[in-house]
Amino acid sequence: MAQSQDNTQEPVAGRAPLIVGGYDFRSLTEAVAVPVERKTPIGWWFFFLPSLAMLGLFGVSIGWLFWEGTGIWGLNNPVNWGFAIVNFVFWVGIGHAGTLISAILFLFRQKWRTSINRAAEAMTIFAVMCALVFPGIHVGRVWVAYWMFPLPNQMDMWPNFRSPLIWDVFAVSIYGTVSLMFWYVGLIPDLATIRDRAKTRIKQIAYGIFALGWRGSHRNWLHYERAYLMLAGLATPLVLSVHSVVSMDFATAQLPGWHTTIFPPYFVAGAIFSGFAMVMTLMLICRVLFEMEDIITMRHLENMAKIMLLTGCMVGYAYGIEMFIAWYSGNPYEQFAFANRALGPYAWAYWIMVSCNVLTPQLFWFKKMRNHIGWLFISSILINIGMWFERFVIVTSSLHRDFLPANWDYYQATFWDFASLIGSFGLFFTMFCLFARFLPLVATAEVKTVLPEADPHQGEELVRVVPAGAGTEPAPQAAPAGGGGS
Amino acid sequence: MGLMTLDVPEASAGYSHYGVLARFETAKALYRACEAVRDAGYSKWDALTPFPVHGLEKAMGLKPSKLPFLVLATGLSGAGLGFALQSWVHIQGYPLIISGKPLFTWPAFVPVTFELGVLGAALGAVLGMFAFNKLPTYHHPLFRSKNFTRVTDDGLFIAIEAWDPKYDDRDTAEFLSGLGAVEVEHVPIDDPADDSDGGGAA
Repeated sequence: MAQSQDNTQEPVAGRAPLIVGGYDFRSLTEAVAVPVERKTPIGWWFFFLPSLAMLGLFGVSIGWLFWEGTGIWGLNNPVNWGFAIVNFVFWVGIGHAGTLISAILFLFRQKWRTSINRAAEAMTIFAVMCALVFPGIHVGRVWVAYWMFPLPNQMDMWPNFRSPLIWDVFAVSIYGTVSLMFWYVGLIPDLATIRDRAKTRIKQIAYGIFALGWRGSHRNWLHYERAYLMLAGLATPLVLSVHSVVSMDFATAQLPGWHTTIFPPYFVAGAIFSGFAMVMTLMLICRVLFEMEDIITMRHLENMAKIMLLTGCMVGYAYGIEMFIAWYSGNPYEQFAFANRALGPYAWAYWIMVSCNVLTPQLFWFKKMRNHIGWLFISSILINIGMWFERFVIVTSSLHRDFLPANWDYYQATFWDFASLIGSFGLFFTMFCLFARFLPLVATAEVKTVLPEADPHQGEELVRVVPAGAGTEPAPQAAPAGGGGS
Repeated sequence: MGLMTLDVPEASAGYSHYGVLARFETAKALYRACEAVRDAGYSKWDALTPFPVHGLEKAMGLKPSKLPFLVLATGLSGAGLGFALQSWVHIQGYPLIISGKPLFTWPAFVPVTFELGVLGAALGAVLGMFAFNKLPTYHHPLFRSKNFTRVTDDGLFIAIEAWDPKYDDRDTAEFLSGLGAVEVEHVPIDDPADDSDGGGAA
């Protein structure tokens, strides 16, 4: 289906439709359920098999790490934190856009979120999974990784709750748990849809178990919607706290380049920025692969581009303020750290970061570029490269020149560093491919609520905006689902 | 929370039918019908829809969910337990003086207290919602109706249960068709294989 209607323009009267193509309840169910039910499309294997290969590389690199130790990475004495922590912060950040879409936009009643929130939440969970791998594997003595948790043990030893590193353990693992619950609660009605449409007994049972016997009772919807609202209200401060806590891993250290109060908001903005770029990449592929251009419309893409422009500018502002404060502080170590960041051995990484993160989104000032599919795709990739480099710059360029020049060294990533980075993408994309294949990609029950006929007071004063059929089927909007009834 | 049990009260003993199931064509018609069923004084009934029809609880005369109170309680418990754990660890369990600071450094306990409060509240919201809704309930008489599979697609239903004091096999069915239901059927309680006595379009 081509772009059947432009819904990026707000009409003078009324609102532009959130989804186009003249869907009613039944055809919407079809559009979302059929990709789950039909034979696997060839295009899916095209994404799944390379992802699986990358996941295999992840397994090998972790196995070798456990066998040989962290010496296989390019770590050296001043740079004790390398790719592992960079990847960790990168993946946690990716997750944040999913929660922003599912929770914060829900609280702000941004109804356009309904088309993309399911996929964005799934992305959050898979990103947090990738993130959680790294603190687990980077500790060196992995067999005592359980020391991170307050578990009673024979040594009568407990974690130090005054350390931001332990805050991080709690913040990220609880963030993953709450995101998973939020996602699953949203899935229940749609799993029931797949259960009720299932043709085989196995599918009926498999989806049925997870649908929990949902039958759409309004007495249930009442508690359900309340639970959803509460989860959104809880996830909102949670997501802001998570990347703030992650930033405190750095900010509470005394190292110039890390020791700044701007870190929490700066990290949160960057997290949302990179996360939206990842949602954009995934949605651009999914909407074509699963023929959902009318549900995930240009309007959704344009709105995401606007958020990327906003958060990109916030990130750019933070880069500027960091430089200004370094100069204004009068502290020679701070001044050196930032001059070295822009002009020193890692200047190449710094300028990749600035050009990808600050310059790329500026083109989104123009509506034409916000509606340009090709540019949206390229910029989303560039932004993710830039945001990975942001974390790389923060970690390595601050560490490699610390207070004592005798300590100075240059961190060079090894093959196994890259293997774990690429491998984590393998884990992420494998999970996402499985999700897109076996679960409803769009929150059908929620999208139905934004169809005009879902409004019980749809009446004389409200006129349905019928698509002025640009080439597609005329879709005269009769009473919904007239087909099978009576 | 009965796994694999019928969501049918004991009152169902001795009834041959679960009740009457009526399908409506539009959300508007369903809303009007719910108002009428409420005003007619029925109490054991439900509206069943593929998506939450907004404001339907008013038309049905339902009270708001009590879930927020539970969430408040579990959230505060989570935060309280979290704070108690950290205080105990640093004062009693493993007292270590770090940088000459006091043992009870409560400001440093705020992040973990907050996170555990959120965890408690979220668990309360989800598990509380399951408990209030009696989920999972894998067997229900309504699933005996062939028509009812549409409830997760485009079907907007009202079901009135046979043990409602005002229920009458014929009158209730006629009442629902009078409200504009396009299909009205009687749903059996037993014998999952048998759905022959349902499905009669009115």
